[in-house]
Amino acid sequence: MKQAKGKVHKYGDNVDTDVIIPARYLNIADKKELAAHCMEDIDPVFIGKVKEGDVIVAGYNFGCGSSREHAPMVIKESGIACVIAKTFARIFYRNSINIGLAILECEEASERIEAGDEVSINFDTGEIANITKGETYQAQPFPDFIKKIIAKGGLLNSIKQN
Amino acid sequence: MGMTMTQKILAAHAGLDEVKAGQLIRADLDMVLGNDITSPVAIREFENTGFEEVFDKSKISLVMDHFTPNKDIKAAEQCVQCRSFARRFDIDNFYDVGSMGIEHALLPEKGLVAAGECIIGADSHTCTYGALGAFSTGVGSTDMAAGMATGKAWFKVPEAIRFNLTGKLQKNVGGKDVILHIIGMIGVDGALYKSMEFMGDGVKNLPMDDRLCIANMAIEAGAKNGIFIVDAETENYMKGRVHRPYKIYSPDDDAVYCQTIDIDLSAIKPTVAFPHLPENTRTIDEVGDVPIHQVVIGSCTNGRLSDMAIAADILRGKKIHKDVRAIIIPATQEVYKECIKRGYLEIFIDAGCVVSTPTCGPCLGGHMGILAAGERCVATTNRNFVGRMGHVDSEVYLAGPAIAAASAVAGKISI
Repeated sequence: MKQAKGKVHKYGDNVDTDVIIPARYLNIADKKELAAHCMEDIDPVFIGKVKEGDVIVAGYNFGCGSSREHAPMVIKESGIACVIAKTFARIFYRNSINIGLAILECEEASERIEAGDEVSINFDTGEIANITKGETYQAQPFPDFIKKIIAKGGLLNSIKQN
Repeated sequence: MGMTMTQKILAAHAGLDEVKAGQLIRADLDMVLGNDITSPVAIREFENTGFEEVFDKSKISLVMDHFTPNKDIKAAEQCVQCRSFARRFDIDNFYDVGSMGIEHALLPEKGLVAAGECIIGADSHTCTYGALGAFSTGVGSTDMAAGMATGKAWFKVPEAIRFNLTGKLQKNVGGKDVILHIIGMIGVDGALYKSMEFMGDGVKNLPMDDRLCIANMAIEAGAKNGIFIVDAETENYMKGRVHRPYKIYSPDDDAVYCQTIDIDLSAIKPTVAFPHLPENTRTIDEVGDVPIHQVVIGSCTNGRLSDMAIAADILRGKKIHKDVRAIIIPATQEVYKECIKRGYLEIFIDAGCVVSTPTCGPCLGGHMGILAAGERCVATTNRNFVGRMGHVDSEVYLAGPAIAAASAVAGKISI
């Protein structure tokens, strides 16, 4: 899993997969070309400012709507190292695990962290450090079953290795 | 401890006597579905991982419905990829232009999904088949690839919300109004990670098309699945369509629900979801004056024969308002043919509507009815997110076919 240390891009509740990657681009097969449109309909300047290791922080029900795996795929491809939200929509949640995009549920982090804050995340412990504010928050760790999928590099690799 | 319908189906498919909410299981799959947008990603992952076989060529469905008939060169290439995969593995249920319909209308109609089965689809509205008493849920392309290779998927056993339905719907009220009413009540994450289980005396008063519409939008409340108890209506629907044994599961009397919500069907009014979330519902008497530019009647939610019949009844002998484009999309070839036989197409065309071959098209802003900035559309589809049907400054109002057809005539939201 990527090292997550970077600036925060902050969004609200119910960020849906249509604004993460609008359906009009779903005829594009190339991941890099697709990622150029990441977050386009909610934050047109996102792709110009995102840097490797940055973190998205959002509210409830992040990734609701369509099952398109293109949504976690473009977020990962854009350089985002982790998405922190109060809750995730369930298909987005399992898609992220299956493709190896780090996601964490943490209400406190979502409440306290502001856009532009610098954060770092320890994925072993689930601890989120807000370097700007000098605070730390504790996210729920993944169950072992899911840790195994992530450790093996995603669902398909874990099946292949078995 | 008793189990819900969903829990019983999952236990049986995991080879377990009992499962509990929160338990992680691997379950056998009866059907794995993909479309022309999600299958190409799954096929790429399937091939990159080095899988050489599919688990069962009769238990995979590939439906070319989203950007078809091919909207552009890239969409055409995605279909080529699906077509060659289907040929390579001799997939039984490959539906191309000419035989395809919108997947969630097509699979029940063809008898490819049945009561008691465990189904995944790389499309969020795969939850539709819960109307037949199946466990059915949307997943991503990687899960689809794994499902095609192994015939299995991992699940966290969900908690359940029980919806106890009573009474009978009033005139001009349908399944869409019921599910919009429920989403308005519990919110777009009101059933997050949970199953929505529909039971009670009122179920018998809901025809199958209404149940399919309600289950279709369980995902819009965040649910893992929606599921209906199986009754005579379900069995009648499956008769002549499903030619294999299926199993009927009923919830245990002592099944545990995290919440029970009573719904009196007779009290539900025609309902509209305002932009930009399906939970922003208002009953028709609260709508006010909302002029519109487009109406879409179709989709996996409301493109079935009964939806076409409701629209035809309202549009018979009428003219569409001069400021409105009305686009009608029967969801499958069977529905389309029946519309021709019953004279609905003539009614639609005489009223000034355009009638399209089956496609998801405008629902997700693909093609066949994209909105410009500032335009408003009343659609019988299932999502009204920002930019869903076109420009980020356009607006989608969700409603059933009665409101959509009446609004097309009035030029504003009405019934």
